[in-house]
Amino acid sequence: MSIIRENADSVDAPALGPLIYRQSVVTRITHWTWAVCLFFLLLSGLQIFNAHPTLYVGNESGFGYDNAVLSMRAVDTPQGPEGRTNILGHEFNTTGVFGLSGPADNLKVRGIPSALTIPSYRDLGTGRVVHFFFAWLLVATLLVWLLASFFNGHLRRDIAPTRKDLQNFPRDVADHARFRFHHGRSYNVLQKLAYCSVFFILFPLIIATGLTMSPGFDAGFPWLLELFGGRQSARTLHFLAMFLLVSFFVIHILMVLLAGPFNELRSMITGWYRASPGTPEIEGDKR
Amino acid sequence: MTQSKILLSRRSLLSAGAAGASSLVLAGCDTFDFLGEGESKTRSVLEKANDLTYRAQRLLIRNGALATEYSETEIRQGQRPNGSTDPQTAEYLALKSNSFADYRLSITGLVERPRSYSLAELRNMPSRTQITRHDCVEGWSCIAKWTGTQLSRVLDEAGVKPNARFVVFHCYDIYDESDPAAYYESCDLIDARHPQTILAYGLNGQSLPVANGAPVRVRIERALGYKQPKYVYTIELADSFSRFGLGKGGYWEDRGYDWYGGI
Repeated sequence: MSIIRENADSVDAPALGPLIYRQSVVTRITHWTWAVCLFFLLLSGLQIFNAHPTLYVGNESGFGYDNAVLSMRAVDTPQGPEGRTNILGHEFNTTGVFGLSGPADNLKVRGIPSALTIPSYRDLGTGRVVHFFFAWLLVATLLVWLLASFFNGHLRRDIAPTRKDLQNFPRDVADHARFRFHHGRSYNVLQKLAYCSVFFILFPLIIATGLTMSPGFDAGFPWLLELFGGRQSARTLHFLAMFLLVSFFVIHILMVLLAGPFNELRSMITGWYRASPGTPEIEGDKR
Repeated sequence: MTQSKILLSRRSLLSAGAAGASSLVLAGCDTFDFLGEGESKTRSVLEKANDLTYRAQRLLIRNGALATEYSETEIRQGQRPNGSTDPQTAEYLALKSNSFADYRLSITGLVERPRSYSLAELRNMPSRTQITRHDCVEGWSCIAKWTGTQLSRVLDEAGVKPNARFVVFHCYDIYDESDPAAYYESCDLIDARHPQTILAYGLNGQSLPVANGAPVRVRIERALGYKQPKYVYTIELADSFSRFGLGKGGYWEDRGYDWYGGI
């Protein structure tokens, strides 16, 4: 089965490339732990968001004035209730999805639809229990991965882009645009930059903005409020970081499907990855 | 690869993606609703993370570390009232009709010298005024100026017994008439003795309005809004909060919120 799949994309290539041991056990375990964490964090986070589905800029939420950048609400119109989403002053009718959703005969006022929240019904307390558990698990897993990847060379070898990688950048973009993937021994530069952005920008940003929403943590680390421009700005940035992580996830899944889901999944489960034909073999490779 | 092949693979990709996304959505639907049940074993495991947060914050953050205080110019609106805004219990209505002249705040439980204060007595004690940010568990924040007596002074006057571990606040308000349980809250002695923890009787330079907890509400500035009980009439020192309400340390804690409330 694997041979058929892999050859489908490269009919003119005569032989298979070597089977290389690409993912360490730490990388594989942390990868799947993050997948579970991000699933629960997203759905419980949207539950928490629904308790007050408006995002603001600054320290506080404007009730007597307007400093909102995004809001989801329901309004009564002569035609009946409507869900409205306002983004930076632009109003959209989002009935059925944002602001007002549910079965047609039982529309409910809620920011995000119930299918995208844990629990499905409105329960802020439970959303917080789930969110904080998986937040701790995400952070703990990130620390384990960072330490292990520093010492086993994964960071230096596979994640940090080299000067040569950056020189390859235009060609790599062109290859990706044509869905032409080279399965080498190491990640290509777009992969490296994507993983770097997640590990060194998005994860730190979403963790730090999450902590900035904690009044207890703010007392110990008030500079976080300065850094993000206030607690409500931090909440908005937390939401934005979530959106970027979801975007990463969508692209990640697309790339796995395009690059050969069997081979990609195998490497993230067993560690072994089939490289493209012509990849030079080294000791430890299998055929 | 030919053009048609690309289109084909794009199409199959999109349908596979849609299938994947919809299964994710279905999974979120009600599969995890059992976590909302108080007796769920899985939930009690997940709740351990809240103990970890409490311990980690107590370890990382000095007991006396102050919440950020703001300047007068940052008060741009009134303090948004939330929860109970107009208690209807007979006792409270009687006090309110007389502008709280007969109000007494009692300090009881594990103290050497139980006693009580009238509103005038509280006002005559040294006060603290602070412009702080109120963070609601729902996600919003509001900046306001609070004036009141530091709880630590009241505790010192009453003399906290060595076996006391928690301060329990009893309130006049019943949040939900269909679930008639009186509001109560509790905190540890670290939050109770924190310099910004005050028995607030003033808001933005005026007497505390009824909607915001008149005559006295507690401010615990390093915690969320539900940890700041309004309409307080008794402060009880205790070694455990298991005998109050449903035993979780507060009205909202009894209904699934975390007790620490600093996050």
